[in-house]
Amino acid sequence: MDTQKILMLVNEATLQTLQMVVFSTVFSLVLGLPLGILLCVSDPKTGIKPRPVLYQVLTRIVNALRSFPFIILMILLFPLSRILVGTSIGTKATIVPLSIAAAPFVARIIETSLKEVDVGVVQAARAMGSTTMQIIMKVLLPESLPSLIDGITLTVINLIGYSAMAGAIGGGGLGDLAIRYGYQRFKPIIMAIAVIVILIMVELIQQAGTLLSRKVASKR
Amino acid sequence: MSRSDIFLCNTSLYNLLKKIDCVQHFCLSILHDFSILMPMDITLSNLSKTYKASKKSPEVNAVNNISLKIPSNDIFGIIGKSGAGKSTLVRLISLLESPDKGEVMYDNCRVDNLTGDKLIQRRRRIGMIFQNFNLFSSRTAGENIAYPLEISGMKKAKINERVNELLSLVDLSDRKNAPISTLSGGQKQRIAIARALANKPDILFCDEATSALDPQTTKAILSLIRKIQAQMNLTVVMITHQMEVVRDACSNVAVVNNGQIVEQGTVKEIFLQPKNPVTKEFLANLTPQTMSENESQKEGNAQSSSQAAKQNADSQGLVRWSKDGGQYTLRFTNDLTDEPVLSRMAQKFDIEFNIRAGGIQTLPDSKVGTLLADITGNDSEVQKAVEYLRQSGVIVEKE
Repeated sequence: MDTQKILMLVNEATLQTLQMVVFSTVFSLVLGLPLGILLCVSDPKTGIKPRPVLYQVLTRIVNALRSFPFIILMILLFPLSRILVGTSIGTKATIVPLSIAAAPFVARIIETSLKEVDVGVVQAARAMGSTTMQIIMKVLLPESLPSLIDGITLTVINLIGYSAMAGAIGGGGLGDLAIRYGYQRFKPIIMAIAVIVILIMVELIQQAGTLLSRKVASKR
Repeated sequence: MSRSDIFLCNTSLYNLLKKIDCVQHFCLSILHDFSILMPMDITLSNLSKTYKASKKSPEVNAVNNISLKIPSNDIFGIIGKSGAGKSTLVRLISLLESPDKGEVMYDNCRVDNLTGDKLIQRRRRIGMIFQNFNLFSSRTAGENIAYPLEISGMKKAKINERVNELLSLVDLSDRKNAPISTLSGGQKQRIAIARALANKPDILFCDEATSALDPQTTKAILSLIRKIQAQMNLTVVMITHQMEVVRDACSNVAVVNNGQIVEQGTVKEIFLQPKNPVTKEFLANLTPQTMSENESQKEGNAQSSSQAAKQNADSQGLVRWSKDGGQYTLRFTNDLTDEPVLSRMAQKFDIEFNIRAGGIQTLPDSKVGTLLADITGNDSEVQKAVEYLRQSGVIVEKE
């Protein structure tokens, strides 16, 4: 196999991985952010609007989804992908299970970040007559922003890992490339390149996330 | 019309309104909208609040059947040791928590059972400052002051105007765009005060507001609170564990212990005739007043440091020149500082007295002198001498 072919393959796979990671990050945030806020706010002990039953139900669902091995969750969600995207194979189809697998993780990360906000500050906001919505939008989210950015960085990196795994069952992307060419066709060079590209991706995202979070924190 | 005329006019209008109970709330909110500030008294009747840390642990009566009247347009102190229930009490009065039993009334209007929008509207007209300042680190100093205005829906241009006004009130106009972390403790508390006053509250709660500050800054913050109280006719409730704060700022005080009020009165009364052991303990641990700033500036460095050492050596708020003795505590008010009561006593009766310690506490409007002395001699003569002191207006306590 010539260099140009390899480059083309890697290039295509990288774009697919990026596509999966970007979209599933967005969708998992759309699902996980409200869930995380709800978990923080409804906590029976520390929440600003304690709702013990709601909290228990949500917390069970989140735990159940998180305890599924990703590969099994993905297979279970094939039918859902077919309904939503029309197919259960390929990059687009993989975004569905990726988003749903990452959403409970995002929810927990957001919940933890929001709970780090000083209780006294929240109490002060309450004493000034803030509504629950105002506390969420104007106090909890802005106050925990650096920690939220760190959490989202962690999510993106996790999703890169998941997306590589998704490649093993027909998801496309760098994981798929490594398995099909590197493992099944005995081309260790392609395996190595795929791993190196993933490594660079993770490194860049981590650096960018840390930088952004530090920048926000340093203005305070 | 002069300022005082307007105030008189407002006061009589206000009193009239107070009589018509049902329209009161509505009218007060209109008055508030026109920036007419009315003092607000607070009545607590039979307040109780019980906590349970976990299912198995016993119940704790954090607040146990407290009834209290907090006068309007004044600074009222609530003093207690940590764990005495004062924090719970302030959370109940400030509508952050609702009591298990009893009522909280603002100007004869029950407020502890407010819910939803009414509760939120009521809270917007309460100012509160805290020991840890509780400022938003995601906002600059100016944006912190803007927060209560934002949440009550004020227009941006108007917010900016009001923020500038408040910044100059607390003397921090130059720090408008400063991040909170760059401010000193005293500056943080000033910003917190400005934030608390943004919505023109009628009540200001200070929850251990000076406990995290050094003595000099505490003094400055207390005098700022006093200035603002007088300027805005606020009802101020100060929760503290420092008798210094009560001495320097309050006119009335209630002493809280084990969830109950054990003693209550004007600050002068409490300083002159403390009855409860808890109150006496607070007075005994009072740190001596430092000299007024002018005086200490005049003094040379060496001298003032020796002065400081002397004051540090004394833990009782008195200058003590003898370690033991001091069976009798004599307290004097300013009315009788001119009379040579003690020397007359010594001439009249066959006794001897030895002064062990002495000091003066300056309250906002009066002074209280304290002497610790031994009086020795024939029992009946000592009795007569003490009686003579009491008749002359000295308050005598025997250990």
